[in-house]
Amino acid sequence: MRRVAVIGVGQSKFGELWDSSFRDIVLSAGVEALEDAGLEGKELEAMYIGNMSGGRYLGQEHIAALIADYAGLAELNIPSTRVEAADASGGLALRQACMAVASGMHDIVIAAGAEKVTDVGSKAMEILASATDREWEVFTGATLASLYAMIARLHMREFGTKPEDLAMVSVKNHKNATLNPKAQFRREISLEVALNSPYVAEPLRLFDCAPLSDGAAAVILASEDIAKKYTDTPVYISACSQASDYIALHSRKDLLTMQAVVHAARQAYEQAGIEAKDVGVAEVHDSFTIAEILAYEDLGFAKKGEGAELIREGVTCLDGEIPVNPSGGLKACGHAVGATGIRQAVEITLQLRGEAGKRQVDAENGLALNVGGTGATATVTIFTR
Amino acid sequence: MLPRFWRKIKYRYDLVGTKCKNCGNSYYPPRNLCPVCRRKSDIAEMKFSGRGEVISYSVVHEAPEDLKAQKPYVVALIKLEEGPVITSQLVCDPENVRTGMRVKKAFRKYGEEGEAGIIYYGTKFVPDE
Repeated sequence: MRRVAVIGVGQSKFGELWDSSFRDIVLSAGVEALEDAGLEGKELEAMYIGNMSGGRYLGQEHIAALIADYAGLAELNIPSTRVEAADASGGLALRQACMAVASGMHDIVIAAGAEKVTDVGSKAMEILASATDREWEVFTGATLASLYAMIARLHMREFGTKPEDLAMVSVKNHKNATLNPKAQFRREISLEVALNSPYVAEPLRLFDCAPLSDGAAAVILASEDIAKKYTDTPVYISACSQASDYIALHSRKDLLTMQAVVHAARQAYEQAGIEAKDVGVAEVHDSFTIAEILAYEDLGFAKKGEGAELIREGVTCLDGEIPVNPSGGLKACGHAVGATGIRQAVEITLQLRGEAGKRQVDAENGLALNVGGTGATATVTIFTR
Repeated sequence: MLPRFWRKIKYRYDLVGTKCKNCGNSYYPPRNLCPVCRRKSDIAEMKFSGRGEVISYSVVHEAPEDLKAQKPYVVALIKLEEGPVITSQLVCDPENVRTGMRVKKAFRKYGEEGEAGIIYYGTKFVPDE
């Protein structure tokens, strides 16, 4: 297996992008990545796209060819592949691109993630709910928020996690987002505001839930020898793992552990030759605040049941020992579904290059965790300078 | 959507799931393959008693379009006395739900597909104490 490097990154703004179409958004991210890498476009040998539901959000399938076409690559006839795992689709696209370069199949490839959700109005959440079991969860009236809410209630009961702990995750991520020009919500919020916001699904409130956003992100990967021709600051992908679990929360033996995350993390640490304590910065999948607490535990940053202590003690703040979600995370940078996994890769790359501006942290190794639905798919990617 | 619903009526209305005779584990919703035994699965249908206990729940305030009229409503993870945990609506005042509460199955309407469409029925749970 060859060593894989990130040589270019790009990201659209995340948010309600009323003036931009799906194609506009994807292109803005793709062109930024090409410029960043110093490529013209013809160097790309393959394209991988993470997109959850073009069919339901846009009425458009065959997204991979569409994007290659509007990216000006139609004349090159390169293979373009869409992959889907709900809101872990971006993580999958990154992994496919990684494998293509590591195996020697291709030298330079682009992995992108994109979603346009605002054109369907209030239906957007229901479409995301299809990340869970349509027949045996969604049918009963269970929303994605209510499933995470049941995890949160159980975590509170078993381990003494408090609504204040969850709110602190939201406050931290909003604060980080003020330093990210691409973020959707760039305003600090107070603990009181978070704790008094309306319930979405008890015990989760509005500020415990990430928004659904329009957005796209792209990364260009190359083999180590080729990367050196294009950049003096390559960031290497030392591991990119993926795991799955029961689709429905109710089928899992331990409702408070995402086995897909545990398995993907274990494989990734082993492949990268590092341990959880060596991670200097992480982007994790905080679709709901409780998900960030679970991520601390399932990634090994804290023991099971002790995740809330990291947020209480400031360990995961920007100036803490392991800054988590310096971008603002899904909560405040925005959650553009299929784009999220790639957006996380963009942030970690900027951090390891030292190009993260006012939110810059000091780290040798970075980690990205992308989760689909309530945890039936997870990807863990480890980056190193 | 009619056939998609109709073909699972027995399982939805009567809480019929499956049991693997090879390992003894029971499953609801029903499975055609046992995740413990895989190819050695020996699956048979099994009717569940419909009695269980609430292990977690949520009161839903932001509901999908079709269920807006019912909000706030309660969804719960219920551990059936035979073992499996299932997701279901709980017909109960949100103020009175608690973890550990005993519940039993009840045949209820879940929704309908527009004015001319089919009406969805299924199993919900009610307090049993």
